[in-house]
Amino acid sequence: MTEELIIAGFGGQGVLSMGKILVYCAAEEGSEVLWMPAYGPEQRGGTANVTVIVSSERISSPILSKFDTAIVLNQQSLDKFEAAVKPGGTLIFDPNGITHEPTRKDINIYKIAATEKAQAMGISKVFNMMVLGGYLKLKPIVSNEFIEKGLMKALPARHHKLIPQNMEAIEIGKGLIEAVHTL
Amino acid sequence: MAKEMKLMKGNEAIARAMIASGTDGYFGYPITPQSEVMETLMSEQPWETTGMVVLQAESELASINMVYGGAATGKKVATSSSSPGISLMQEGLTYLAGAEVPCLIMNAMRGGPGLGTIQPAQSDYFQSVKGGGHGDYQLYTIAPASVQEMYDFVFDAWDIAFKYRIPVLILTDGAIGQCMEKCYVREYVPRWTEEERRQNAPWGCWGKPATRGHNIVTSLELESSRQEQFNLKLQAKYREMEAKEVKFEALNCDDADYVFVAYGTSSRIAMKAMQLGREKGLKIGVFRLITLFPFPKNEIAELAKKVKGMLCVEMSAGQMIEDVKLAAQCSIPIEHFGRFGGIIPTSEEVLEALEKQIIK
Amino acid sequence: MAIMNQDIVKPENLVYTKTKVLTDNVMHYCPGCGHGTTHRIVAEVIDELGIQDQTVGIAPVGCSVLAYNYFDVDFEEAAHGRAPALATAVKRLNPDLYVFTYQGDGDLAAIGTAETIHACNRGENITMVFINNGIYGMTGGQMAPTTLIGMKSQTTPYGRNVERNGYPLRITELLATLPGTYYVTRQSVHTPAAVRKAKAAIKKGFENQKLKKGVSFIEILSSCNSGWKMTPVQANKWMEENMFPNYPVGDIKVDGKIVDKVDINRIVVDHPLTVVNQ
Repeated sequence: MTEELIIAGFGGQGVLSMGKILVYCAAEEGSEVLWMPAYGPEQRGGTANVTVIVSSERISSPILSKFDTAIVLNQQSLDKFEAAVKPGGTLIFDPNGITHEPTRKDINIYKIAATEKAQAMGISKVFNMMVLGGYLKLKPIVSNEFIEKGLMKALPARHHKLIPQNMEAIEIGKGLIEAVHTL
Repeated sequence: MAKEMKLMKGNEAIARAMIASGTDGYFGYPITPQSEVMETLMSEQPWETTGMVVLQAESELASINMVYGGAATGKKVATSSSSPGISLMQEGLTYLAGAEVPCLIMNAMRGGPGLGTIQPAQSDYFQSVKGGGHGDYQLYTIAPASVQEMYDFVFDAWDIAFKYRIPVLILTDGAIGQCMEKCYVREYVPRWTEEERRQNAPWGCWGKPATRGHNIVTSLELESSRQEQFNLKLQAKYREMEAKEVKFEALNCDDADYVFVAYGTSSRIAMKAMQLGREKGLKIGVFRLITLFPFPKNEIAELAKKVKGMLCVEMSAGQMIEDVKLAAQCSIPIEHFGRFGGIIPTSEEVLEALEKQIIK
Repeated sequence: MAIMNQDIVKPENLVYTKTKVLTDNVMHYCPGCGHGTTHRIVAEVIDELGIQDQTVGIAPVGCSVLAYNYFDVDFEEAAHGRAPALATAVKRLNPDLYVFTYQGDGDLAAIGTAETIHACNRGENITMVFINNGIYGMTGGQMAPTTLIGMKSQTTPYGRNVERNGYPLRITELLATLPGTYYVTRQSVHTPAAVRKAKAAIKKGFENQKLKKGVSFIEILSSCNSGWKMTPVQANKWMEENMFPNYPVGDIKVDGKIVDKVDINRIVVDHPLTVVNQ
């Protein structure tokens, strides 16, 4: 099993930390993992993206041009990464602020209205965990028991009291994701 | 006992390995994309635990000369930088080589020339293995391709550095430095005691006891016949390293018709290109250089007898390929494929290059 | 009956012996140069303090590049100007050692200015011995940062010109303004009285390392008779007449405080430099 994933959005949406938590969880379960942020000038100007690879085998290239899954959280990221999804792959987007929806027919497309839900519930800080939950619903690459273990490792001890809230957000996300187009 | 697994970035792994391997001192100057090395050290405060000294210097020129000064006392001293800073350090490196002072330098290569870019590159190969500074000298140059190797090679570096009295260069790039992977960390190796320092570095400037003459650490010899003798001694040391210290990894090379030759980040891209090629039925292998000096000449010569062609994959305009061609004596088609200036090639591009330039 | 050498050289007749901290190697310095004397008094201080086995010296590039051949202590040979960087690391990694740099004006005040200023500003617990003869001796007499206005050298054959070459650098005064220097002084070694004072200054500089309060910086004004193209006697006279007014001898900073009689502002800011006529 190898899952090659890109997560992209605005800085501040927790893109990098979402990827980090995912690799911590997967590593706890024994998978090989890689987390590779775009660094440098790309970080400036408000966009952030991170490549995440989870595999049962030794991971080769840290730099990918095609992905099994793309999670895009703003229009720029959707525009940039829709074409980078492998045929038959999966695209997940949050409709908040999206004016042009994805159009490809050779991939699975899902939407998750996590921004709206998190704002409504007043828990914007764990918005990214809702998205992660939606993703894990589609791609259960980490079993439930290791998610909490991964969070323990990924978060500094002073934030461990927030783990229940994170777990809850993941569960909410699982119920929130909906298919737009499936093969 | 089971080793503990942690997730960390390559730059962080270098810093943590320095602390864990009993390094006595680190002197550095901030430069992207490796500033996390010093940042990690400063936040870990090893001076409170192992007693390791960490100091931010006023320039790379100062930091490499601090390495020289500290390492010449027989202690394990390290620095890290990125291409423009490493260029500035070349003066210190040739003095370190000329004075045979063991030490550790890490270069997270970025695109050049000049100030260039901060994205990953591999265009400092010539600088690293063909001298860089003036005079006939070599650095033991080792190229990690994963976070785990970033960590492990620091431990290995100290063994080689002191065994051969040679500066060790860990040649990596921003991609390995910035990516986070699993890393199995080791038990701490305590810093050398005073006794151990004196035993392991009898040549060091640690204060002349009545029992020996004064130790002088210098690269100066005004008598050219003696300087020639010294050069011959250095060359003999380098030949010995070529015989004993070559490291490489051959992946799927046994049945391969074609191989990618690469190191560091490029070798991982090549691994993926190999997988893509094998899915198409092409018998492709990857020959990954681990030591760049000593260069695996004999192994590449042997490989050239078995395969139909080689593609050198480098994030440069073509540097390592010169050594590959020399080793293979141009007996088979050997071509270069590279992106540079901070652009990382994709595995698809690399496979396509093999098909177009070699398989045809 | 002729008096033979061995009749005179007897222990009871000895009035002076070379300190054991100097090796038996014959020095390469020109007769009349201040390096030999300064080497001797540094070595005597090391001997008197009983720290030969705890001292590491850093040699520069310049006339004293081979200083390590003359001192019987462990010695590192730095690249040009980098001695303070080496000394920084030696001391930080070996805080119990006595560490000194020995540098000339080109090494310390031109190519190594950054290393000098930052080592002083960090307040490294080291002693820096700085030989200022206003010229590059080893390379054959080119202009140094400390060459006086109007002074001739191989690269200022008509005399140093401010418009072309800028001003002589009084780096010692500059360093005295940094909080990291604890003791800053300028001495000379051209008369027996001056040698005694210079030796006392060097001794204080080494003793200060125990206090861990920062750099002790001892400038020694020296003639360079071969570079200046004079006899040793002429050179000493010329030094008194021309170097001393521009580089006043005496303590500048003691125990971390600028000495009362020194007007650091006047010296550093106003540049009251005299023009020499050769």
